[in-house]
Formats: sequence, C-alpha cells, structure tokens
Amino acid sequence: MRRILSENGWVIGLAAMLALLLIFTKMIQPQFGLSGLDSLSRAVLPFAFATAAMAVVVIAGGIDLSVASMMAVTSVTAALLMQGAGDVAAAGVVVFVLLLGLAMGALNGALIVVTRVPDIVVTLSMLFVWEGVALLVLNAPGGAAAGWLKAMIVGGVTIPGVPDGMTAWLPRSTLFMALVIGAIWLPIRRSRLGLSIYAIGSDANAAFRSGVPVARTRIAAYAICGLLSACGGLSLTFSTGIGEPIPGPYLLASVAGVVLGGVVLGGGRGGLLGPIIAVVILRLVRLDLTLLAVDPNVTTIIEGTIMVVVVMLGGLLAAKGRH
Amino acid sequence: MRDLAQPTPIKRLVRFLGDNPMIPLIVLLLGLIGLLEVLRPGIVNERWIANTIKFAIPLAMLAACQTLTMLTGGIDLSAGVVATIAAFVMATQVPHLGVPLAIAVSLVPALLIGLLNGVGIAFFRVHPLIMTLGTGLVGTGILQVYQRSVIASGSVVPEVLGWLGSGRTWGVPNALVLFVPFAVVLIIGQRRTGFGRLLYALGANPGAARLSGVRAWQVYIALYVLSALIAGITGLLYVGLIKAPSLSLVNPLMLPSVAAAVIGGTSIFGGRGGYGGTILGALILTVLGTMLTLLQMPEGVRRILFGAIILAVTAIYIRLTESN
Repeated sequence: MRRILSENGWVIGLAAMLALLLIFTKMIQPQFGLSGLDSLSRAVLPFAFATAAMAVVVIAGGIDLSVASMMAVTSVTAALLMQGAGDVAAAGVVVFVLLLGLAMGALNGALIVVTRVPDIVVTLSMLFVWEGVALLVLNAPGGAAAGWLKAMIVGGVTIPGVPDGMTAWLPRSTLFMALVIGAIWLPIRRSRLGLSIYAIGSDANAAFRSGVPVARTRIAAYAICGLLSACGGLSLTFSTGIGEPIPGPYLLASVAGVVLGGVVLGGGRGGLLGPIIAVVILRLVRLDLTLLAVDPNVTTIIEGTIMVVVVMLGGLLAAKGRH
Repeated sequence: MRDLAQPTPIKRLVRFLGDNPMIPLIVLLLGLIGLLEVLRPGIVNERWIANTIKFAIPLAMLAACQTLTMLTGGIDLSAGVVATIAAFVMATQVPHLGVPLAIAVSLVPALLIGLLNGVGIAFFRVHPLIMTLGTGLVGTGILQVYQRSVIASGSVVPEVLGWLGSGRTWGVPNALVLFVPFAVVLIIGQRRTGFGRLLYALGANPGAARLSGVRAWQVYIALYVLSALIAGITGLLYVGLIKAPSLSLVNPLMLPSVAAAVIGGTSIFGGRGGYGGTILGALILTVLGTMLTLLQMPEGVRRILFGAIILAVTAIYIRLTESN
C-alpha cells in the first residue's frame, strides 16, 4: 500500500487536485451539473488524446512537435471521406484514418532513425509537412461526420437494463476516452514493447546492450503517438462535425500536460494517467476562470504561470532528492 | 587500411567538406539562387538581393537567440513572443513617451522574461524547452491584457525604425548598419571571448565545465538575458520592416529561426556550431521562401517542401560532419 502511494504520489496528488477543482466549480456555479460536465469532457477530448500521444514519445526519450499537425491531417481526412458516406462506410473511414495516423507516426520515427537528425528537428520539419498535407486535403474547414459517431461522445452513458440515474452522470466522452486510450496503451504497457519503450527512454545505450531493438522500438513509439493523434483528430471531427485544416493549440497544451503529469522530459519515467489528469485540470482551471468572469487573456497568463511554477517546484524537488 | 593511406577523390571531398562545413551551405545558397534565376530569368538583380537581405536579417537575428542557447544545449522558444512584445510596447508607447524613451521601455519586459528564463533554467534546473515555452505563454497573455489598456491610444512606428528596417541607401539595406556589427561581435565573441567559450564548454560537457570551476548559473542567466535582449531588438527592427504592429507580429519567424540555426550546423544538443552558419541558414530559408512563392504552388505544397527541405539539408549536413 505504501509502495503504491509513494510510486503514484504525483498522480494521486493530481487526482485530488482535480476533485477539489470540481467541488470548487460546483461551489462557484451551482448550476454546474451533468451538461456542464458533459461539455467539459467533450472539450477536453482532443487535448487528452494529444497529451497521451505526446506522453508516449516523451517516455521513449523523444518529443514530437508534429502532434497537432497530425491531428489536423486525420481530422480533415475523416471529415472529407465521411461527407455523403453511409453509416457503415463511416466505420471504414475511422479504421482507415487510424491506420493513416499509425503510418504518419511511423514515418516520423523512421525518419528520426534513418537520418540520425535530432528528434526535435525532424518533428519540427514534419510539423510543416503535415500542416501542408492537411491544407491539400481540405483547403478550408468543411466535410462532415456520421451521426452515430457524434452520438458516441455526446451526452451521458446509458446502458440498456440499468436505470439511467446510475450511469447518466458519466459523460460518454469520458468513457470513450478511457476505453480508447486503455485499449491502446494498457496491452502495450504490459507487453515487451512497453518495457522496451521505458528502457530506451531511461537509457538508450543500456537498452541497446541488453538486446532491446532500439531503432524498432523508437519507430513503434512514434507510431503509437501517431495513432493517438489520429484518435485526437477523429474526436475533433466527431465533436464539431467538420474538419479543420489549421492545427489547434494542442502542441503547447500537450507539452504542458505531459510535464505537469509527471512524465520527465528525457524519458523513462511516468505514465499516461498523470498527463491526462493534468490536461483536464488545465482545462478546468480555464473553465473556472471563465465562470468567475476573469478576462480570458488573464486566463492564458495564469495557465502559463501554473506551468512555470509547477515545473520549477518539480525541478527544486528533484534537486533536493539528489542531495 | 589502404583507404586511409590513399583516400579516393570522393572520400577526400567528403572529408574536406566535413572540415569546412560552411562550403556546402554556400554552394546550396548559390545553387538555390541559380535555380531561381533559371525559373524566372532576370529576377536576380540588385533590388532583389537587397530585398532578400532585408527580410533575412530579422530571421538571422532571431536565429542568433537559438544559436547561442543551442550552444549550451538549450533553446529559446520565447524569443518570438519577446520580440513581438518589444515591438508592440514600443509602438504603443511612442505617442505617450516619445521615441527614445519608448524604445528603452519596450526592452524592459524583454529583459524581465530573459531573467525569468535564466533563473528557472539555472537555479530550478527546468528544461529550457519547457521554461521558455511557459514564459512565452505568460508573455502572450500579458501582451493581450496590455493591448486592452492601450487600445485607445493607437500606435506609431517611429521613422527611425522604418528607415532602419525597410530603407535602402544607394541600394544597400540600412538594416546592415545594425546587423553587420552585431554579426561581427557574435562571430568573434563566440570563439574569442571567455563568455563564448563558456557556452561551448557548458554545451559540450556540463559536468566537466562545472568541475573546472565554471559558475554555470551566471552563464545561464547572462545567456538568456542576452538572448531576450537580442529578441527585443529584432522585434524593433522587424516592426520597422513590416510597419504594422500586431499581437502575433514576429511569431511566424519563431519556428524558421530554429530551422535557420539547425540548417547552419548548430547542434541542438550543444557544443557544436556557430553564428556564421546560422546567417547562411537564414539566407537559404529566405531564398527558399521566395522560390516557393514564385512557383505559385498551393500553400499546402509550399509547406510540405519547406519542411522536407529543412529535414533533407540537416540530414546531409549531419552525414558530412559526422564522417570525419
């Protein structure tokens, strides 16, 4: 029990903070209820996927600056292909777009491995490339999303045979996020690949000497990042019903979420739960400040300050721990 | 063994280029200009060259922030925001304070952000990427709030900055008056002064530098304050070129400034590179931008080519310098 506590202290602290913030939100806005929770959860969805995507590559010791651009590519591709397509065809589109994300991520990883250019530079170049691709696919916001996909992330959870009152408090989008990220990440984390990802993140040399295929693992980590970015792009298309070729503010938010979530830049430590809770907290802080009628621009300042202060404190704690 | 004794001409060429990494960059730049002339005969004239230099200078100056910080293994992602803040504050304060005072006041927030970056990186050991990203975010927010308070007073770009940013004398851009001394100081400073050598030392091996008695925190703070100051001056110059202060003025130069430093051969891990290459990198990117615009391709294709070319150039460069 104590071990679990000390190993997951950061995540538990974040979860407690999230709970406090939710209570606080309820206090300042008594009407904040199911619909508020639902829209918050839906707004968080693309941020959560972007953060999860970033977290995987950071754990593997890299960074991917092209996450937001890959989301834009997948979002417009999905919206364009779904236009006029039937419900069944839409399912095919979803599968295709997920594979597309996987391929884009794998290409990022392969370029890093083959060219031996630092990951920041490669993904910076790919940021421009994917942005260009998104603009070629769809020049202006447009396209459509199938209705049943939208229904998947709007409203509360209903399970046939169970009274609504028991399940309706849980937004569908939250469940959707938990199921998708869980289905992708949990099997990987338990597998050999997951172990290899943590290994190359904490020390690529040591991992290589213990027989971990470093190059292949790195490509796989970037491919998973691409897959999760595709989920983010799809969730954007589902919730807005259109595709948007200009990438949103997901790059900065995902880096902030990863750092606040206890994943160490440089790799090897942390998980996906912390970053996701952290990004939810950041969105909730933004919502609370809006509810308190604080100027939205001041909100940006506060968000940045939180990020700077938390990482500075983290740095101080790490320095203390070393002594 | 025989290879070592009698290198083939190709190997010798590769080794020569590896020893003189500026040469392939110059060849690339001349090649691009040649290609431009082939695509659109007659375009390369005195006027075009002056224009290219005019637009390359702000990029090269902002890339100086990246070059200097990258020498220590860092990066300054707040540079674009800092430059924008300086430009915007200056333009909005001119009606109140007059030109000289407004310029002085506009550099204060820049220095404060630089100091904050330095403190966070030196004392709290925050990764420079995160620290400068965060302060950039805070800076953007503060700028937006500030804009609310000066919305009534309007903005003026002083004539002296307009002259410096976009004017030409006998066909030569006036901005060179600022840039040539700046570049000379940096290029000499990086190799010949104690501070410059400390940057290389910290980037190449922070542990060894510390053991040899380098007070890393002093270097980091001085470095990030200097970087912010350069960014602020870049902002003032750039607003003289564009003549329309806005809240996202210099932001489009941010990512290209990193690209210019990287193309110019500065290692993002620290300890290798220099400002000479960065200037070439900025020129290459500017010429490339003109070429992609001239080809009248869709915006999407332009961005794809831009990204692909940065990656290709960097990859070739790393191959060349690694092989010796």
